[in-house]
Amino acid sequence: MEDLIEIRWHGRGGQGAKTASLLLADAAFNTGKYIQGFPEYGPERMGAPITAYNRISSSPITIHSNIYEPDYVVVVDDTLLESVDVTSGLKETGAIVINTTKSADYLKSVLKGYKGNIYTIDARKISEATLGRYFPNTPMLAAIVKVSGIMSDEDLLEDMKGSFKHKFAKKPEVIEGNMKALEMALQEIKKI
Amino acid sequence: MGIRERLSGNEAAAIAMKQINPDVVAAFPITPSTEIPQYFSTFVANGTVDTEFVAVESEHSAMSACIGAEAAGARAMTATSANGLSLMWEMIYIASSLRLPIVLSLVNRAVSGPLNIHCDHSDAMGVRDAGWIMLFSENNQEAYDNTLMAHRIAEHKDVLLPLMVCQDGFITSHSIENIELVEDEKVKDFVGTYKPEHYLLNEKEPIAVGPLDLQSYLFEHKAQQAEAMKNAKQVILDVSKDFEKLTGRKYGLFEEYKLDDAEIAIVCMNSTAGTTKYVVDNLRKQGIKAGLLKVRVFRPFPGEEIAKALSNVKAIAILDKADSLNSAGGALFEDVTSGMYVNNVHVPAVNYIYGIGGRDTKSDDIESVFKDLLEIVKTGKIDNPYRYLGLRKGGNK
Repeated sequence: MEDLIEIRWHGRGGQGAKTASLLLADAAFNTGKYIQGFPEYGPERMGAPITAYNRISSSPITIHSNIYEPDYVVVVDDTLLESVDVTSGLKETGAIVINTTKSADYLKSVLKGYKGNIYTIDARKISEATLGRYFPNTPMLAAIVKVSGIMSDEDLLEDMKGSFKHKFAKKPEVIEGNMKALEMALQEIKKI
Repeated sequence: MGIRERLSGNEAAAIAMKQINPDVVAAFPITPSTEIPQYFSTFVANGTVDTEFVAVESEHSAMSACIGAEAAGARAMTATSANGLSLMWEMIYIASSLRLPIVLSLVNRAVSGPLNIHCDHSDAMGVRDAGWIMLFSENNQEAYDNTLMAHRIAEHKDVLLPLMVCQDGFITSHSIENIELVEDEKVKDFVGTYKPEHYLLNEKEPIAVGPLDLQSYLFEHKAQQAEAMKNAKQVILDVSKDFEKLTGRKYGLFEEYKLDDAEIAIVCMNSTAGTTKYVVDNLRKQGIKAGLLKVRVFRPFPGEEIAKALSNVKAIAILDKADSLNSAGGALFEDVTSGMYVNNVHVPAVNYIYGIGGRDTKSDDIESVFKDLLEIVKTGKIDNPYRYLGLRKGGNK
């Protein structure tokens, strides 16, 4: 498990952080990787902070615990930044990806001097532009793929096309919007 | 060559059931096993299986319906967790004493109270003396594989006992991981059709099932149950060998991981064994001879074989994910040490109660156990054999 990548997702119930972690697992699986995708179950309710995890490796993964020293952290909702210690254990060689429009100064101050890379993306704008509603998980999925380099942009788009077809078999009208959300997110993510 | 897939443990169990296509499934939903009957009921609704699905009003009825179906001559399955199994309690004993090879998927969860939905093994440990074969599974793959082997073992004429396949609630039941599935046709051939020798719906042989059994016979019947449990060991090995021919995946009564030359070893079950493998690999890189013995077959308990496998290590930690609250150690600890004593294996052994109510067991926790074992090897001393792992400091005061 030399090339093991560990990712922790922070979101709020109902925003799809768990779904995004499962989609990421799916996409990495389709490139031939060994994967884990699992949420930390608690008293789930809309709006409550939730955590989900991914492990991705080119060899079998046997460890079965939560992730305490992730390579990457994804924050789906920036209102968590002041209440959850999102950089806890986060490797400095890694990165954090935040769905936010807040200033770099603000982010640096709430991330308690985290020395790794900080990326931001306005998933609300992308989601509302492409889907007409606020579903941050699709843009965040593209963002973490881009930042972690788990697969190429092309592989992601190709693979997600198949996944969305399957996932939205009963509402095909949202497939195009989700694909656009991915493409836009791949373009718009920026490092601060 | 098998089908490469990614599934949660619950999906894996449900797909195994789909491929087995039993005559009857009777179940009542309970977290974290709910998804198993939920997915299965969609297979029924879609006509992918021709199973009679009985949506009962409680787990007591679920097990009762399985008993009725098996006694009638049908192949029956169910799934449950924690308090669901507690509610089945009365019927659990009846299933085994009537020698009905029902297969149950147990997704391990803490038995209340107070209410907790997360994983420990207190549900399974509550029925460890109920006459069921109990197989434990490290991950989704093993939960799937054990389920495919279950009927061949349970229905064998030398066995005829119900069987439960255990996996860790949430930790594996709700984690998506890679898995290799067996093709439908191959499963069908491997599992075979159920041909009971005696059954209620056989008009040529009218029988009674479960009548009064007093002083003159119950003892003998219990001894026969015990004998069947002993026989199960060989049958499990034989079926596992056939399964290996089919899939290349090797299963025994337990798995030895880097145990050959190990000086210190952990004994545990289910998903923690996977975390332990990860830690063993890391310690080996540092030159520490750590090993793992993962118990797959908990009932019948392979005491003699385990004792032999552990005879050359210098210190052992046995990890129990359920506290027997008896001031004498957890169930696995008692069974392993009893097996060692009877078979003249005298290796220092300590017990750790861990992971209660879903307390996460980190690789650091497992590493600390190995460090404790090194200390025992060094000093030859065990201050207290009954320990906790992951309990907050002062948490037992």
